[in-house]
Amino acid sequence: MVDRIANIWGERTAFSRGERWPVRVDMRLADGLSEQDVDDWVTSACLLCSNGCGLEIAVKDGEMVGVRGRATDLVNHGRLGPKGLFASWQGVRNADRLTRPLVRMGGELVETDWDTAMGRIVERSKQLLAEKGPLSHGIYTSGQLFLEEYYAQAIIGKAGLGTPHMDGNTRLCTATAAASMKESFGSDGQPGSYSDIDECDAMFLYGHNMAETQTVLWMRVLDRLAGPNPPRVVCVDPRETEVARKAEVHLAVRPGTNLALMNGLIREVIAQGWIDEDYIALHTIGFKELGETVQPWTLERVAETCDVDAEDVRRAAEIFGTSDRVLSTVLQGFYQSSQATASSCQVNNLHLLRGKIGTPGNGILQMNGQPTAQNNREAGADGDLSGFRNWENPKHIEQLARLWGVHTDKIPHWAAPTHAMQIFRYCEQGSIEFLWITATNPAVSMPQLPRIRKILGQESLFLVVQDLYLTETARYADVVLPAAGWGEKQGTFTNVNRTVHLSDKAVEPPGEARSDLDIFLDYSRRMDFRRDDGRPLLDWTCPEDAFKAWQECTRGRLVDYTGLSYEKLRGGTGIPWPCNEEHPDGTNRLYGDGIFPTEFDRAESFGHDLLTGATVGPLKFRALQANGRAILKAAPYHPGTEAPDEEYPFLYSTGRTVFHFHTRTKTARSRQLNRAAPSAWVEVSVPDAERLGIGEGDLVRVASRRGEIVVPVRVGDVREGTVFAPFHYGYWERDRSGPGDGRPTTANELTETEWDPVSKQPILKVAAVRIEKVADAVGPAPAPTNTASRPADPAAVPPTVGGPDAEVEERPRVTEPPVAPDEGGDR
Amino acid sequence: MKLPVYLGMLQRAEGELASSFRTVADAHGDEPDVRATCTMLAEECDAHVDALGPIVDRYGSQPDDEPERLHAVALPEPRSGPLALLRDLQDVHLLASFVDMTWTLVGQAAAALRDEDLQQVIAAREAETQVQVAWLTTRMKQAAPQALIVAG
Ligand code: SF4
Repeated sequence: MVDRIANIWGERTAFSRGERWPVRVDMRLADGLSEQDVDDWVTSACLLCSNGCGLEIAVKDGEMVGVRGRATDLVNHGRLGPKGLFASWQGVRNADRLTRPLVRMGGELVETDWDTAMGRIVERSKQLLAEKGPLSHGIYTSGQLFLEEYYAQAIIGKAGLGTPHMDGNTRLCTATAAASMKESFGSDGQPGSYSDIDECDAMFLYGHNMAETQTVLWMRVLDRLAGPNPPRVVCVDPRETEVARKAEVHLAVRPGTNLALMNGLIREVIAQGWIDEDYIALHTIGFKELGETVQPWTLERVAETCDVDAEDVRRAAEIFGTSDRVLSTVLQGFYQSSQATASSCQVNNLHLLRGKIGTPGNGILQMNGQPTAQNNREAGADGDLSGFRNWENPKHIEQLARLWGVHTDKIPHWAAPTHAMQIFRYCEQGSIEFLWITATNPAVSMPQLPRIRKILGQESLFLVVQDLYLTETARYADVVLPAAGWGEKQGTFTNVNRTVHLSDKAVEPPGEARSDLDIFLDYSRRMDFRRDDGRPLLDWTCPEDAFKAWQECTRGRLVDYTGLSYEKLRGGTGIPWPCNEEHPDGTNRLYGDGIFPTEFDRAESFGHDLLTGATVGPLKFRALQANGRAILKAAPYHPGTEAPDEEYPFLYSTGRTVFHFHTRTKTARSRQLNRAAPSAWVEVSVPDAERLGIGEGDLVRVASRRGEIVVPVRVGDVREGTVFAPFHYGYWERDRSGPGDGRPTTANELTETEWDPVSKQPILKVAAVRIEKVADAVGPAPAPTNTASRPADPAAVPPTVGGPDAEVEERPRVTEPPVAPDEGGDR
Repeated sequence: MKLPVYLGMLQRAEGELASSFRTVADAHGDEPDVRATCTMLAEECDAHVDALGPIVDRYGSQPDDEPERLHAVALPEPRSGPLALLRDLQDVHLLASFVDMTWTLVGQAAAALRDEDLQQVIAAREAETQVQVAWLTTRMKQAAPQALIVAG
C-alpha cells in the first residue's frame, strides 16, 4: 500500500528507451472493501484532467465504491493519479448534489419539477427569438461534458437557434492548443502520441507543469528518467516545479516573455545549422519570413528580456538542435500568457525546422487542460465548427447543412463564432439576454471576477445553469438544472493524444438529476426545432444515436471516428482517431509523411496574423499555395500591457495544484484531496519575503487594479519579483457566490480581462500586483509541501501526508504492456 | 518632382493614424482587445513616421499645393452609444486605407526611381499597414451583426 497523497506519483517501474512502459495497476476502494466484494466493474476513464486514464468503476449495491486502472489501456497502462483515485467517484456521489431543478421565485431559488423549469427556459427562449432573434442567445459550455452532448449542443446552437454566440471554458484552457495547430498545420489534431515519451532522447516542457497537471503522464516520464538512457529534460517555467527539478536546463523566464525566448531558440537553431533543409523545402512554407522575424533575438537579448542566463538558452537550443528524437509538450504557462498562439506556433516551428514530427519519439503535444476539451473542439460547441470544419469555406457549411437538414443560411458563418470573453461582453452590454451555462463555473474561473459577478447578476440576463452542484455561478441563475455526473450516464470522450474512451453508466443519478444529453434533447423537443423536411432536428433517443450521427459528421475529415463503435471501445483500451477503414485500430501519430491538412478544402482555418489576429481570408490563403505543406508562422515579441510599476511592483501568476481540479467542485469533496490542500494561499520568494518583512503563514493582502485577495503566504521557490496564486478557491463552502464582506480568496479577483489576439485565450498568468502583510501567522500556509508550492525551508512546515486514509494498492508489472496501433509487435 | 509632396503627406497621415488609434484605444477601453491592439498599432504608426524621417530629409519637403482636396485627418472626438465602436473603427479604417494606398503609390515612384533604400523602407511598412487594415476589417465584421441588429 502506498500513501498517494504523500507519494503523488507512486512507486517507480523504470524502463529504457524503446521498451514499452511497464504496467502498474492502481486501485482504490471504499474503506473496508476488497476486490472480491465488488459486484460489477464498469468500463470508463477518468474525467479529472486531459490525460484520460482508462479505468473501471467498482459498483456495489448500486453505488460507486472505487476505481481500478485498466492494465490494457494505452494511455495509463493501469495507473491512476491522486485525483482519479480519490475524487473521480467520491467527487460525484455526495450529499451536496442537486437532485431537483430550481427556479427563482421572489429572488430566491426554490425547488420545482422539470416541467416547470424547462417551461420557463423555453418560454424565455421563444419570446427572445421572436422579439430579437438568435443573436440574443448565448451558450457557455464546458470541457467536461461528453462528445455526444457537445454535438447535441452544437446542433441546437447552430442549426436550432442559429446563434454564433457559443463557446466553452475550453477557451480558458485549450484554445491556444487548437489555434496553434490550425495556424501551423491547417487544422486541429494532435501530431504526437504519449508513446513518444518511451522513444525520445530529449523532452521540452513549455509552461507545462506536467507533474501536477497530468500526474500519470509524468509517471511515464519519471519511469524513463529512472531507467537506462533517460531523456534530457528542458523546462520553461517561472516556478521551480517538480519538472524544473528534474530538468537539465530550467529556463525560469520572466512571466510574459515566452515569445522572446522562443524567437531566440529558433534563431539559434537556424544560426547553428541544426535544421533539415530538405524537409523545410519539401514540407513547409514561410522559412524566409520566419528567419527575418527572429533575426533580432540574439542569445544576449533573450537573456536580458527574459531574465535568464544566455548560456542556458544556448544549451537548450543545442539540446533541441542535436538530439536525435525530441518531444515537446506545451500547456498553460504558454497558453494563458502573453502572445500565446505565436509562442506555441514557435514550438511547432522548431519541430518543422528539423523535420522532427510524427515519427517515433519525435512529437508535439499541444496539451489540453480539461478531460473533454478535445471533444468540444471537435464537435463544435465552442468557437469551432463540427468536424474541424472551416467557417470561411462555403463547402464545409454546405456539408453541415446537409447533415443537419437545414438551409446553409441557418448556420451562422459570417464571422468566426463568438469567443467566451466577447459573449460575456455582450451580456454586459445587454445584447445577449439569454445565457445557458453548462458544467462550468465562470464565477470562479473567469478573469476579473468582480466584473464577472456583476454580469452574472445583471437584471437583463436570463441565466440557466446546469451542473452537479450549486456552484458560485449557479447561485446567480434564474433556472438551475440538476445534471447527472460521471458514472451516472453514458458517453465518449477523447484525451490529449486523440484517444477515445467510452464511459458507461455505472449507477443511477441522484433524485431527479438527468444526463446533459437528455436535457438538451428535451429542450430541442420543447422548442420544436425541426429540419427543413419537417422531421425533428434531433431525433436521437440515446447516446449511441448521437455517437452514430457524429461519426457521419466526421466521415472523410481528419478527425475520423467512422471506424469506432461503443462495442469496440469496450475492448480494454481507448483508441486514438483517425479510426476508419484504412486505420481500423486507430492511429498513433499524425504527419509522419510530412503531409499536412493545409489544402484549401481540408483546412479548418485559413489562419490569422499572429500579432493582431487579423484573418488571412480565403483569397490570400489560396495565394499562399500551402497545399499540404506546413506553415512556419511567427510574430515579433511585444511586451504585455500591464507591466509592474511603483504602485504594483510584483508580477502575478496563477495556476493549479496537483490535488485539485478547477473550482474544486469534485476534488474538495474527496477528504483525502481536500486535507492535502484545504484552502487558498499565495507564494512569494525568500528575498521578497525578507524585504517585505513577511514570514511563512502570515496573512497578506495581494491587490491589483481590479481586486484583492487576503490569504496566508507560503515562502517558497517562486521567482523573485513574482507572486503565485492557485486559482481553485472560490466561495461555495461559505454558501456564497463571492466574498461578500468576508475574505476574498479567488486568484481571479486580480486577473485582467485581456486575451490572445488569435486564440482569444485569456491572459491569466500576467498581471501587476502589490502585496502587504495583514496579520501574523497562526500556522503555516495550507499549501502542499510536495509540489511546486513546497516551502523554501522544509523544516518550517510539516510535510503533506495522507496517512492510512490515502493508501492505494499498486500492482506493478502484473501483465505485459499494451501495444499502440502503429507500433506492431516487432519491438 | 512631386514625390516629396506625397512623402510629406504620408508622414502626416501616419501621424494622424497613430493619434486615431490612440483615441480609439482610450475611448473603448472596455473592449480589451481593441484597447490592446490599437495601442500597439499606434506605436507601429509612430515607427513608420520615424522611418520616413531620413527619406523626407533626403528628398526635401514640399508644400502640398492642393491640401484641401487630398487630406487625411485624425478621428476627432470618439463617439458613444451602441454604434460608437463600429463607427470609430470605420473612420480609422478609412484613414488606414488611405495610408495603405499612399504607401503603394510612393512605392511605385520608388520603383521607377530605382531607389532601393526607399523600396526597402516601403516594403516592410506597407505590409504592416495592410495588416492594420485587415485587423480593422476583421474586428468590424465581428462587431457588426450584434451592433446593427440587437444592441439597444
Ligand atoms: S492523470 Fe488525469 S485522467 Fe489520469 S487519473 Fe489523474 S486526473 Fe485522472
